[in-house]
Amino acid sequence: MSGYWAGILTILAINIIFAYGIFLPVATGQLNLGGAGFQAIGAYGAAFLSASFALPVPVTIGVGMLVAGITGYLIAFPLLRTRGVYLVLATFAFAEVVAGLILNSDTFGGAMGLSVPAFIDWHVAVIAAAVVTVFVFYLMSTRFGLTMRAAHDDEVVTDLMGVNVRGVQVAGFAIGGALAGLAGGLYAHSFNFVEIQSFNALVSIYVLLYVLLGGTQTAWGPLAGATFFTLLPEALRTVLPALKSSIYWFAGVEGPVAAPDDSWRFVILGALTIAMMVLRPEGLITRTLVERISFRRSNTDKGALA
Amino acid sequence: MTALMSLTNVSKNFGGLTVINDVSFDVPAGARMALIGPNGAGKTTIFNLISGVYEPSAGEIRMEGREISAIPSRNRIGLGIARSFQNIRLMPHLSVLENVMLGQQARAGSLTDMLSPLRRSKWRREAEDLLDQMGLDTFPGEVVATLPYGIRKKIEVVRALVAKPKILMLDEPAAGLNNTETANLKDFLMKIAASGVTLIVVEHDMSLVRSLCDHAVVLNFGEKIYDGPTAEVQNDPHVLEAYLGTRHAGKEATDVA
Repeated sequence: MSGYWAGILTILAINIIFAYGIFLPVATGQLNLGGAGFQAIGAYGAAFLSASFALPVPVTIGVGMLVAGITGYLIAFPLLRTRGVYLVLATFAFAEVVAGLILNSDTFGGAMGLSVPAFIDWHVAVIAAAVVTVFVFYLMSTRFGLTMRAAHDDEVVTDLMGVNVRGVQVAGFAIGGALAGLAGGLYAHSFNFVEIQSFNALVSIYVLLYVLLGGTQTAWGPLAGATFFTLLPEALRTVLPALKSSIYWFAGVEGPVAAPDDSWRFVILGALTIAMMVLRPEGLITRTLVERISFRRSNTDKGALA
Repeated sequence: MTALMSLTNVSKNFGGLTVINDVSFDVPAGARMALIGPNGAGKTTIFNLISGVYEPSAGEIRMEGREISAIPSRNRIGLGIARSFQNIRLMPHLSVLENVMLGQQARAGSLTDMLSPLRRSKWRREAEDLLDQMGLDTFPGEVVATLPYGIRKKIEVVRALVAKPKILMLDEPAAGLNNTETANLKDFLMKIAASGVTLIVVEHDMSLVRSLCDHAVVLNFGEKIYDGPTAEVQNDPHVLEAYLGTRHAGKEATDVA
Protein backbone atom coordinates (compact mmCIF):
# COMPACT_ATOMS: atom_id res chain seq x y z
CA MET A 1 0.00 0.00 0.00
CA SER A 2 1.27 3.44 -0.90
CA GLY A 3 2.29 5.82 1.84
CA TYR A 4 -0.49 8.18 0.77
CA TRP A 5 -3.24 5.62 1.33
CA ALA A 6 -1.66 4.34 4.54
CA GLY A 7 -1.69 7.91 5.81
CA ILE A 8 -5.34 8.43 4.82
CA LEU A 9 -6.41 5.16 6.44
CA THR A 10 -4.55 6.03 9.65
CA ILE A 11 -6.19 9.44 9.83
CA LEU A 12 -9.58 7.92 9.03
CA ALA A 13 -9.19 5.29 11.77
CA ILE A 14 -8.09 7.90 14.32
CA ASN A 15 -10.96 10.22 13.36
CA ILE A 16 -13.51 7.41 13.73
CA ILE A 17 -12.26 6.57 17.24
CA PHE A 18 -12.15 10.27 18.09
CA ALA A 19 -15.70 10.76 16.78
CA TYR A 20 -16.96 7.89 18.95
CA GLY A 21 -15.28 9.56 21.92
CA ILE A 22 -17.39 12.67 21.33
CA PHE A 23 -20.48 10.67 20.32
CA LEU A 24 -20.86 9.02 23.74
CA PRO A 25 -21.44 12.26 25.70
CA VAL A 26 -23.45 13.70 22.79
CA ALA A 27 -25.66 10.59 22.79
CA THR A 28 -26.64 11.42 26.38
CA GLY A 29 -27.51 14.97 25.29
CA GLN A 30 -24.25 16.63 26.35
CA LEU A 31 -22.37 18.50 23.61
CA ASN A 32 -18.63 18.15 24.05
CA LEU A 33 -16.54 20.82 22.33
CA GLY A 34 -13.43 19.83 24.25
CA GLY A 35 -12.41 16.90 22.07
CA ALA A 36 -8.96 18.26 21.29
CA GLY A 37 -8.23 18.48 25.03
CA PHE A 38 -8.93 14.77 25.59
CA GLN A 39 -7.04 13.83 22.45
CA ALA A 40 -4.06 15.94 23.54
CA ILE A 41 -3.98 14.22 26.93
CA GLY A 42 -3.88 10.81 25.28
CA ALA A 43 -1.31 11.90 22.71
CA TYR A 44 1.03 13.62 25.14
CA GLY A 45 0.65 10.85 27.71
CA ALA A 46 1.72 8.26 25.14
CA ALA A 47 4.44 10.50 23.68
CA PHE A 48 5.92 11.31 27.08
CA LEU A 49 6.02 7.68 28.26
CA SER A 50 7.51 6.55 24.96
CA ALA A 51 10.12 9.31 24.78
CA SER A 52 11.19 9.41 28.43
CA PHE A 53 10.82 5.79 29.57
CA ALA A 54 10.80 3.89 26.27
CA LEU A 55 7.76 1.93 27.44
CA PRO A 56 6.13 -0.44 24.94
CA VAL A 57 3.38 1.03 22.75
CA PRO A 58 0.40 -0.82 24.30
CA VAL A 59 1.41 0.58 27.70
CA THR A 60 1.92 4.15 26.50
CA ILE A 61 -1.37 4.23 24.61
CA GLY A 62 -3.15 2.41 27.45
CA VAL A 63 -1.95 4.87 30.06
CA GLY A 64 -2.76 7.86 27.85
CA MET A 65 -6.26 6.46 27.36
CA LEU A 66 -6.69 5.85 31.09
CA VAL A 67 -5.56 9.36 32.01
CA ALA A 68 -7.92 10.89 29.44
CA GLY A 69 -10.77 8.71 30.75
CA ILE A 70 -10.13 9.67 34.37
CA THR A 71 -9.94 13.33 33.32
CA GLY A 72 -13.29 12.92 31.58
CA TYR A 73 -14.75 11.36 34.72
CA LEU A 74 -13.44 14.10 37.00
CA ILE A 75 -14.39 17.11 34.89
CA ALA A 76 -17.84 15.68 34.19
CA PHE A 77 -18.97 16.60 37.71
CA PRO A 78 -18.36 20.36 37.45
CA LEU A 79 -19.18 20.37 33.70
CA LEU A 80 -22.59 18.77 34.10
CA ARG A 81 -23.67 21.54 36.47
CA THR A 82 -23.88 23.69 33.35
CA ARG A 83 -26.41 23.28 30.56
CA GLY A 84 -26.80 23.95 26.88
CA VAL A 85 -24.49 26.55 25.42
CA TYR A 86 -22.71 26.99 28.76
CA LEU A 87 -21.74 23.31 28.76
CA VAL A 88 -20.37 23.74 25.24
CA LEU A 89 -18.33 26.76 26.38
CA ALA A 90 -17.12 24.93 29.49
CA THR A 91 -15.89 21.92 27.50
CA PHE A 92 -14.26 24.32 25.04
CA ALA A 93 -12.54 26.08 27.94
CA PHE A 94 -11.33 22.70 29.23
CA ALA A 95 -9.54 22.03 25.94
CA GLU A 96 -7.95 25.49 26.05
CA VAL A 97 -6.74 24.87 29.61
CA VAL A 98 -5.16 21.56 28.57
CA ALA A 99 -3.46 23.25 25.60
CA GLY A 100 -2.24 26.09 27.81
CA LEU A 101 -0.80 23.73 30.42
CA ILE A 102 1.07 21.67 27.83
CA LEU A 103 2.33 24.78 26.04
CA ASN A 104 3.85 26.06 29.29
CA SER A 105 5.30 22.76 30.42
CA ASP A 106 8.98 21.95 29.80
CA THR A 107 8.31 18.26 30.52
CA PHE A 108 5.99 18.08 27.52
CA GLY A 109 8.27 20.10 25.27
CA GLY A 110 6.22 23.30 25.37
CA ALA A 111 5.83 24.87 21.92
CA MET A 112 8.56 22.59 20.52
CA GLY A 113 6.45 19.46 20.88
CA LEU A 114 7.71 15.95 21.59
CA SER A 115 9.04 13.41 19.17
CA VAL A 116 7.82 9.87 19.69
CA PRO A 117 10.38 7.12 19.06
CA ALA A 118 8.05 4.11 18.75
CA PHE A 119 6.26 3.86 15.40
CA ILE A 120 3.08 1.87 14.70
CA ASP A 121 1.95 0.77 11.28
CA TRP A 122 -1.35 1.96 9.78
CA HIS A 123 -3.07 -1.36 10.44
CA VAL A 124 -2.79 -0.89 14.23
CA ALA A 125 -4.98 2.19 14.04
CA VAL A 126 -7.39 0.46 11.66
CA ILE A 127 -7.76 -2.57 13.96
CA ALA A 128 -8.24 -0.25 16.96
CA ALA A 129 -10.97 1.62 15.04
CA ALA A 130 -12.72 -1.64 14.20
CA VAL A 131 -12.62 -2.75 17.86
CA VAL A 132 -13.90 0.63 19.07
CA THR A 133 -16.70 0.58 16.49
CA VAL A 134 -17.82 -2.88 17.62
CA PHE A 135 -17.56 -1.77 21.26
CA VAL A 136 -19.76 1.30 20.73
CA PHE A 137 -22.31 -0.71 18.74
CA TYR A 138 -22.41 -3.21 21.59
CA LEU A 139 -22.73 -0.46 24.20
CA MET A 140 -25.65 1.11 22.33
CA SER A 141 -27.43 -2.25 22.16
CA THR A 142 -27.43 -2.69 25.94
CA ARG A 143 -29.77 -1.22 28.54
CA PHE A 144 -26.96 1.23 29.33
CA GLY A 145 -27.18 2.48 25.73
CA LEU A 146 -30.96 2.67 26.07
CA THR A 147 -30.66 4.86 29.16
CA MET A 148 -28.13 7.09 27.36
CA ARG A 149 -30.54 7.68 24.50
CA ALA A 150 -33.42 8.18 26.91
CA ALA A 151 -31.43 10.79 28.87
CA HIS A 152 -30.81 12.55 25.56
CA ASP A 153 -34.55 12.78 24.87
CA ASP A 154 -35.98 13.69 28.29
CA GLU A 155 -33.89 13.90 31.46
CA VAL A 156 -36.80 14.39 33.85
CA VAL A 157 -38.78 11.38 32.68
CA THR A 158 -35.65 9.22 32.40
CA ASP A 159 -34.95 10.04 36.05
CA LEU A 160 -38.52 9.16 37.04
CA MET A 161 -38.14 5.81 35.26
CA GLY A 162 -35.43 4.98 37.78
CA VAL A 163 -32.33 5.88 35.78
CA ASN A 164 -29.39 7.58 37.45
CA VAL A 165 -29.19 10.24 34.73
CA ARG A 166 -26.14 11.98 36.17
CA GLY A 167 -24.33 8.65 36.44
CA VAL A 168 -25.08 7.80 32.81
CA GLN A 169 -23.87 11.22 31.65
CA VAL A 170 -20.68 10.99 33.72
CA ALA A 171 -20.02 7.53 32.28
CA GLY A 172 -20.54 8.98 28.79
CA PHE A 173 -17.92 11.65 29.42
CA ALA A 174 -15.46 9.19 30.99
CA ILE A 175 -15.69 6.48 28.33
CA GLY A 176 -15.77 9.16 25.62
CA GLY A 177 -12.70 10.84 27.11
CA ALA A 178 -10.87 7.49 27.12
CA LEU A 179 -11.73 6.91 23.45
CA ALA A 180 -10.57 10.41 22.48
CA GLY A 181 -7.38 9.69 24.46
CA LEU A 182 -6.94 6.44 22.53
CA ALA A 183 -7.27 8.42 19.29
CA GLY A 184 -4.56 10.77 20.59
CA GLY A 185 -2.20 7.94 21.57
CA LEU A 186 -2.59 6.33 18.14
CA TYR A 187 -1.95 9.70 16.55
CA ALA A 188 1.27 10.18 18.54
CA HIS A 189 2.67 6.79 17.56
CA SER A 190 1.47 6.93 13.95
CA PHE A 191 3.02 10.31 13.17
CA ASN A 192 5.94 10.13 15.64
CA PHE A 193 5.57 13.73 16.64
CA VAL A 194 3.13 15.70 18.78
CA GLU A 195 2.84 19.46 19.03
CA ILE A 196 0.05 21.30 20.76
CA GLN A 197 -0.90 23.22 17.60
CA SER A 198 -2.31 20.02 16.13
CA PHE A 199 -4.83 19.83 19.03
CA ASN A 200 -6.40 23.25 18.45
CA ALA A 201 -9.98 24.47 18.67
CA LEU A 202 -10.63 23.65 15.02
CA VAL A 203 -10.00 19.96 15.79
CA SER A 204 -12.64 20.03 18.53
CA ILE A 205 -15.08 21.74 16.17
CA TYR A 206 -14.45 19.29 13.34
CA VAL A 207 -14.91 16.19 15.46
CA LEU A 208 -18.16 17.56 16.88
CA LEU A 209 -19.24 18.23 13.29
CA TYR A 210 -18.51 14.61 12.34
CA VAL A 211 -20.84 13.49 15.10
CA LEU A 212 -23.62 16.04 14.67
CA LEU A 213 -23.72 15.80 10.89
CA GLY A 214 -23.22 12.05 10.84
CA GLY A 215 -26.13 11.61 13.26
CA THR A 216 -26.31 11.26 17.02
CA GLN A 217 -29.12 8.72 17.26
CA THR A 218 -27.28 5.56 16.26
CA ALA A 219 -23.70 4.31 16.35
CA TRP A 220 -23.71 4.52 12.53
CA GLY A 221 -23.69 8.32 12.69
CA PRO A 222 -20.13 9.02 13.86
CA LEU A 223 -18.83 6.31 11.53
CA ALA A 224 -20.54 7.92 8.55
CA GLY A 225 -19.68 11.48 9.61
CA ALA A 226 -15.99 10.80 10.28
CA THR A 227 -15.61 8.81 7.07
CA PHE A 228 -17.39 11.39 4.93
CA PHE A 229 -15.53 14.41 6.29
CA THR A 230 -12.13 12.70 6.28
CA LEU A 231 -12.39 11.38 2.74
CA LEU A 232 -14.21 14.34 1.16
CA PRO A 233 -11.27 16.79 1.26
CA GLU A 234 -9.07 14.07 -0.24
CA ALA A 235 -11.62 13.29 -2.94
CA LEU A 236 -11.91 16.98 -3.75
CA ARG A 237 -8.15 17.08 -4.23
CA THR A 238 -8.59 15.08 -7.45
CA VAL A 239 -12.17 16.03 -8.33
CA LEU A 240 -11.68 19.80 -8.23
CA PRO A 241 -8.99 20.10 -10.96
CA ALA A 242 -11.08 17.81 -13.16
CA LEU A 243 -14.15 19.93 -12.46
CA LYS A 244 -12.29 23.14 -13.29
CA SER A 245 -10.97 21.85 -16.59
CA SER A 246 -14.39 20.58 -17.62
CA ILE A 247 -15.92 23.98 -16.81
CA TYR A 248 -13.21 25.62 -18.91
CA TRP A 249 -13.87 23.13 -21.67
CA PHE A 250 -17.58 23.99 -21.62
CA ALA A 251 -16.74 27.68 -21.67
CA GLY A 252 -14.53 27.03 -24.67
CA VAL A 253 -11.27 28.10 -23.02
CA GLU A 254 -8.34 26.56 -24.83
CA GLY A 255 -5.03 25.41 -23.44
CA PRO A 256 -3.76 23.91 -20.23
CA VAL A 257 -5.70 24.74 -17.06
CA ALA A 258 -3.94 25.51 -13.76
CA ALA A 259 -5.19 23.52 -10.73
CA PRO A 260 -7.64 25.52 -8.61
CA ASP A 261 -6.44 27.06 -5.37
CA ASP A 262 -6.39 24.63 -2.44
CA SER A 263 -8.74 26.80 -0.37
CA TRP A 264 -11.59 25.92 -2.73
CA ARG A 265 -11.71 22.52 -1.08
CA PHE A 266 -12.66 24.18 2.19
CA VAL A 267 -15.21 26.42 0.53
CA ILE A 268 -16.94 23.33 -0.83
CA LEU A 269 -16.58 21.54 2.51
CA GLY A 270 -18.25 24.50 4.24
CA ALA A 271 -21.05 24.68 1.68
CA LEU A 272 -21.68 20.94 2.02
CA THR A 273 -21.77 21.24 5.80
CA ILE A 274 -24.48 23.89 5.56
CA ALA A 275 -26.36 21.85 2.94
CA MET A 276 -26.34 18.82 5.25
CA MET A 277 -27.62 20.91 8.16
CA VAL A 278 -30.50 22.11 5.99
CA LEU A 279 -31.33 18.78 4.35
CA ARG A 280 -30.59 16.37 7.24
CA PRO A 281 -30.94 18.43 10.43
CA GLU A 282 -30.93 15.29 12.58
CA GLY A 283 -27.77 14.00 10.91
CA LEU A 284 -26.96 11.95 7.86
CA ILE A 285 -27.87 8.62 9.47
CA THR A 286 -31.03 8.81 11.56
CA ARG A 287 -32.85 6.18 13.53
CA THR A 288 -35.68 6.05 11.00
CA LEU A 289 -33.24 5.63 8.11
CA VAL A 290 -31.57 2.61 9.77
CA GLU A 291 -35.01 1.26 10.62
CA ARG A 292 -36.22 1.64 7.04
CA ILE A 293 -33.15 -0.04 5.55
CA SER A 294 -33.28 -3.02 7.92
CA PHE A 295 -37.07 -3.30 7.45
CA ARG A 296 -36.66 -3.45 3.69
CA ARG A 297 -33.94 -6.04 4.06
CA SER A 298 -36.03 -8.28 6.34
CA ASN A 299 -38.91 -7.99 3.88
CA THR A 300 -36.78 -9.13 0.97
CA ASP A 301 -35.50 -11.97 3.14
CA LYS A 302 -39.06 -13.13 3.64
CA GLY A 303 -39.73 -12.75 -0.05
CA ALA A 304 -36.73 -14.90 -0.87
CA LEU A 305 -37.95 -17.61 1.49
CA ALA A 306 -41.46 -17.67 0.09
CA MET B 1 -59.10 -0.64 53.53
CA THR B 2 -55.74 0.61 54.76
CA ALA B 3 -54.02 3.64 53.29
CA LEU B 4 -51.38 2.68 50.75
CA MET B 5 -50.35 6.30 50.45
CA SER B 6 -51.20 9.29 52.54
CA LEU B 7 -50.58 12.99 52.16
CA THR B 8 -50.58 14.96 55.40
CA ASN B 9 -50.79 18.77 55.39
CA VAL B 10 -48.86 19.00 52.14
CA SER B 11 -48.13 22.49 50.80
CA LYS B 12 -46.12 23.67 47.83
CA ASN B 13 -45.04 27.25 47.17
CA PHE B 14 -43.27 28.58 44.13
CA GLY B 15 -41.78 31.78 45.48
CA GLY B 16 -44.76 33.69 46.87
CA LEU B 17 -47.30 31.61 44.96
CA THR B 18 -49.01 28.85 46.93
CA VAL B 19 -49.99 26.12 44.51
CA ILE B 20 -50.91 23.46 47.06
CA ASN B 21 -52.21 24.60 50.40
CA ASP B 22 -52.39 22.19 53.33
CA VAL B 23 -53.80 19.23 51.45
CA SER B 24 -54.31 15.90 53.21
CA PHE B 25 -55.86 12.73 51.85
CA ASP B 26 -55.41 8.98 51.98
CA VAL B 27 -55.20 6.64 49.03
CA PRO B 28 -56.63 3.31 50.18
CA ALA B 29 -54.98 0.18 48.80
CA GLY B 30 -56.88 -1.05 45.78
CA ALA B 31 -58.72 2.24 45.29
CA ARG B 32 -59.61 3.70 41.93
CA MET B 33 -59.28 7.31 42.90
CA ALA B 34 -60.03 10.39 40.84
CA LEU B 35 -58.19 13.62 41.46
CA ILE B 36 -60.29 16.33 39.91
CA GLY B 37 -60.64 20.07 39.89
CA PRO B 38 -60.64 23.05 37.52
CA ASN B 39 -57.56 23.97 35.49
CA GLY B 40 -54.78 25.22 37.73
CA ALA B 41 -56.22 23.55 40.83
CA GLY B 42 -52.93 21.77 41.50
CA LYS B 43 -53.71 18.21 40.34
CA THR B 44 -50.55 17.75 38.30
CA THR B 45 -48.55 19.43 41.05
CA ILE B 46 -49.77 16.71 43.45
CA PHE B 47 -48.49 14.10 40.97
CA ASN B 48 -45.18 15.93 40.72
CA LEU B 49 -44.89 16.02 44.51
CA ILE B 50 -45.63 12.31 44.83
CA SER B 51 -43.26 11.29 42.04
CA GLY B 52 -40.54 13.62 43.32
CA VAL B 53 -40.30 16.14 40.49
CA TYR B 54 -40.98 18.76 43.19
CA GLU B 55 -40.25 18.69 46.90
CA PRO B 56 -43.12 19.68 49.17
CA SER B 57 -42.64 23.01 51.00
CA ALA B 58 -44.38 21.52 54.03
CA GLY B 59 -46.13 18.33 55.05
CA GLU B 60 -45.50 14.65 54.61
CA ILE B 61 -46.09 12.12 51.88
CA ARG B 62 -46.08 8.52 53.08
CA MET B 63 -45.99 5.38 50.98
CA GLU B 64 -46.86 2.25 52.99
CA GLY B 65 -46.15 4.25 56.14
CA ARG B 66 -42.76 5.44 54.98
CA GLU B 67 -42.07 9.16 54.54
CA ILE B 68 -40.76 9.56 50.98
CA SER B 69 -39.96 13.27 50.65
CA ALA B 70 -36.24 12.63 51.19
CA ILE B 71 -36.09 9.74 48.71
CA PRO B 72 -34.61 10.78 45.33
CA SER B 73 -37.18 10.91 42.54
CA ARG B 74 -35.44 8.16 40.56
CA ASN B 75 -35.88 5.68 43.43
CA ARG B 76 -39.60 6.23 43.86
CA ILE B 77 -40.66 4.06 40.93
CA GLY B 78 -38.88 1.23 42.77
CA LEU B 79 -41.17 1.86 45.75
CA GLY B 80 -44.10 1.14 43.47
CA ILE B 81 -45.05 4.65 42.33
CA ALA B 82 -45.36 4.99 38.56
CA ARG B 83 -47.05 7.66 36.49
CA SER B 84 -47.97 8.93 33.07
CA PHE B 85 -47.85 12.54 31.94
CA GLN B 86 -50.41 15.09 30.85
CA ASN B 87 -48.55 15.88 27.63
CA ILE B 88 -47.21 12.57 26.42
CA ARG B 89 -43.60 12.31 27.53
CA LEU B 90 -42.43 9.27 25.61
CA MET B 91 -38.88 9.37 24.28
CA PRO B 92 -39.47 10.48 20.67
CA HIS B 93 -36.33 8.87 19.25
CA LEU B 94 -36.87 5.49 20.89
CA SER B 95 -39.05 2.74 19.49
CA VAL B 96 -42.26 1.61 21.18
CA LEU B 97 -40.48 -1.42 22.59
CA GLU B 98 -37.53 0.62 23.85
CA ASN B 99 -39.84 3.06 25.59
CA VAL B 100 -41.55 0.18 27.35
CA MET B 101 -38.21 -1.40 28.25
CA LEU B 102 -37.18 1.91 29.81
CA GLY B 103 -40.08 1.44 32.20
CA GLN B 104 -38.43 -1.77 33.46
CA GLN B 105 -35.40 0.17 34.64
CA ALA B 106 -36.30 0.09 38.34
CA ARG B 107 -36.32 -3.71 38.16
CA ALA B 108 -33.31 -4.01 35.84
CA GLY B 109 -30.71 -1.67 37.31
CA SER B 110 -28.02 -4.26 38.15
CA LEU B 111 -24.69 -4.03 36.33
CA THR B 112 -25.30 -7.31 34.48
CA ASP B 113 -28.70 -6.08 33.32
CA MET B 114 -27.24 -2.73 32.27
CA LEU B 115 -24.44 -4.30 30.24
CA SER B 116 -26.20 -7.20 28.52
CA PRO B 117 -27.59 -6.62 25.04
CA LEU B 118 -31.36 -6.14 25.04
CA ARG B 119 -31.98 -8.13 21.89
CA ARG B 120 -33.17 -11.63 22.87
CA SER B 121 -33.15 -10.69 26.58
CA LYS B 122 -35.93 -11.68 28.98
CA TRP B 123 -36.67 -7.96 29.37
CA ARG B 124 -37.37 -7.61 25.69
CA ARG B 125 -39.61 -10.67 25.72
CA GLU B 126 -41.51 -9.34 28.73
CA ALA B 127 -42.04 -5.96 27.05
CA GLU B 128 -43.18 -7.65 23.84
CA ASP B 129 -45.60 -9.86 25.76
CA LEU B 130 -47.10 -6.91 27.61
CA LEU B 131 -47.54 -4.93 24.39
CA ASP B 132 -49.13 -8.02 22.92
CA GLN B 133 -51.59 -8.32 25.81
CA MET B 134 -52.50 -4.66 25.50
CA GLY B 135 -53.15 -5.00 21.79
CA LEU B 136 -50.21 -2.78 20.86
CA ASP B 137 -48.09 -5.43 19.18
CA THR B 138 -48.43 -3.94 15.68
CA PHE B 139 -45.61 -1.44 15.95
CA PRO B 140 -42.99 -2.57 18.47
CA GLY B 141 -40.06 -1.41 16.32
CA GLU B 142 -41.63 1.86 15.20
CA VAL B 143 -40.09 5.11 16.43
CA VAL B 144 -42.63 6.70 18.78
CA ALA B 145 -42.65 10.17 17.20
CA THR B 146 -44.36 8.80 14.08
CA LEU B 147 -47.32 7.13 15.86
CA PRO B 148 -50.84 8.52 16.33
CA TYR B 149 -51.76 10.30 19.54
CA GLY B 150 -54.14 7.71 21.00
CA ILE B 151 -51.59 4.92 20.63
CA ARG B 152 -48.80 6.96 22.20
CA LYS B 153 -51.12 7.70 25.11
CA LYS B 154 -51.65 3.97 25.68
CA ILE B 155 -47.95 3.18 25.32
CA GLU B 156 -47.25 5.64 28.09
CA VAL B 157 -49.59 3.72 30.39
CA VAL B 158 -47.88 0.45 29.41
CA ARG B 159 -44.48 1.99 30.14
CA ALA B 160 -45.66 2.86 33.65
CA LEU B 161 -47.32 -0.53 34.08
CA VAL B 162 -44.23 -2.53 33.16
CA ALA B 163 -42.55 -1.17 36.30
CA LYS B 164 -45.08 -3.33 38.21
CA PRO B 165 -46.23 -0.42 40.37
CA LYS B 166 -48.47 -0.53 43.42
CA ILE B 167 -49.82 2.91 42.57
CA LEU B 168 -50.34 4.05 39.02
CA MET B 169 -50.90 7.79 38.57
CA LEU B 170 -52.47 8.73 35.24
CA ASP B 171 -52.57 12.37 34.19
CA GLU B 172 -55.57 12.91 31.88
CA PRO B 173 -55.45 9.51 30.19
CA ALA B 174 -58.60 10.21 28.15
CA ALA B 175 -57.64 13.69 26.90
CA GLY B 176 -57.90 13.78 23.13
CA LEU B 177 -59.55 10.39 22.81
CA ASN B 178 -62.93 9.85 21.12
CA ASN B 179 -65.84 8.01 22.78
CA THR B 180 -64.88 4.53 21.55
CA GLU B 181 -61.27 5.03 22.56
CA THR B 182 -62.38 6.30 25.97
CA ALA B 183 -64.56 3.24 26.46
CA ASN B 184 -61.61 1.02 25.51
CA LEU B 185 -59.42 2.93 27.92
CA LYS B 186 -61.92 2.41 30.71
CA ASP B 187 -61.91 -1.37 30.18
CA PHE B 188 -58.13 -1.28 29.96
CA LEU B 189 -57.84 0.61 33.27
CA MET B 190 -60.44 -1.62 34.97
CA LYS B 191 -58.33 -4.61 33.98
CA ILE B 192 -55.26 -2.97 35.49
CA ALA B 193 -57.17 -2.16 38.69
CA ALA B 194 -58.49 -5.71 38.85
CA SER B 195 -54.90 -6.98 38.86
CA GLY B 196 -54.44 -5.19 42.18
CA VAL B 197 -52.91 -1.88 41.11
CA THR B 198 -54.18 1.20 42.90
CA LEU B 199 -55.12 3.97 40.49
CA ILE B 200 -55.03 7.74 40.91
CA VAL B 201 -56.48 9.40 37.85
CA VAL B 202 -56.52 13.09 36.99
CA GLU B 203 -59.33 13.44 34.50
CA HIS B 204 -61.74 16.02 33.11
CA ASP B 205 -64.06 13.50 31.48
CA MET B 206 -66.68 13.21 34.23
CA SER B 207 -68.47 10.23 32.73
CA LEU B 208 -65.17 8.30 32.72
CA VAL B 209 -64.53 9.40 36.31
CA ARG B 210 -68.01 8.25 37.36
CA SER B 211 -67.74 4.87 35.68
CA LEU B 212 -64.11 4.16 36.57
CA CYS B 213 -63.45 5.67 39.98
CA ASP B 214 -64.92 4.73 43.34
CA HIS B 215 -63.38 7.61 45.20
CA ALA B 216 -62.73 11.26 44.38
CA VAL B 217 -60.64 14.07 45.79
CA VAL B 218 -61.51 17.51 44.45
CA LEU B 219 -59.04 20.38 44.49
CA ASN B 220 -59.68 24.04 43.88
CA PHE B 221 -56.96 26.70 43.95
CA GLY B 222 -54.64 24.25 45.68
CA GLU B 223 -57.06 23.36 48.47
CA LYS B 224 -59.01 20.18 49.01
CA ILE B 225 -62.74 20.83 48.84
CA TYR B 226 -64.10 17.29 48.63
CA ASP B 227 -62.93 13.81 49.62
CA GLY B 228 -65.43 10.99 49.31
CA PRO B 229 -67.31 8.61 47.03
CA THR B 230 -67.45 9.55 43.37
CA ALA B 231 -71.21 8.98 43.28
CA GLU B 232 -71.86 12.01 45.45
CA VAL B 233 -69.24 14.38 44.14
CA GLN B 234 -71.55 16.17 41.74
CA ASN B 235 -74.10 16.89 44.44
CA ASP B 236 -71.58 18.44 46.81
CA PRO B 237 -72.32 22.16 47.17
CA HIS B 238 -68.61 23.17 47.36
CA VAL B 239 -67.79 21.23 44.22
CA LEU B 240 -70.81 22.64 42.40
CA GLU B 241 -69.81 26.14 43.32
CA ALA B 242 -66.09 25.87 42.62
CA TYR B 243 -65.74 23.38 39.83
CA LEU B 244 -68.96 22.96 37.98
CA GLY B 245 -70.42 26.39 38.63
CA THR B 246 -73.97 25.45 37.63
CA ARG B 247 -75.69 22.22 36.66
CA HIS B 248 -75.73 23.43 33.08
CA ALA B 249 -71.94 24.02 33.06
CA GLY B 250 -71.47 20.58 34.57
CA LYS B 251 -73.37 18.98 31.73
CA GLU B 252 -71.30 20.92 29.25
CA ALA B 253 -68.07 19.74 30.85
CA THR B 254 -69.27 16.17 30.42
CA ASP B 255 -70.32 16.68 26.85
CA VAL B 256 -67.13 18.42 25.79
CA ALA B 257 -64.97 15.76 27.34
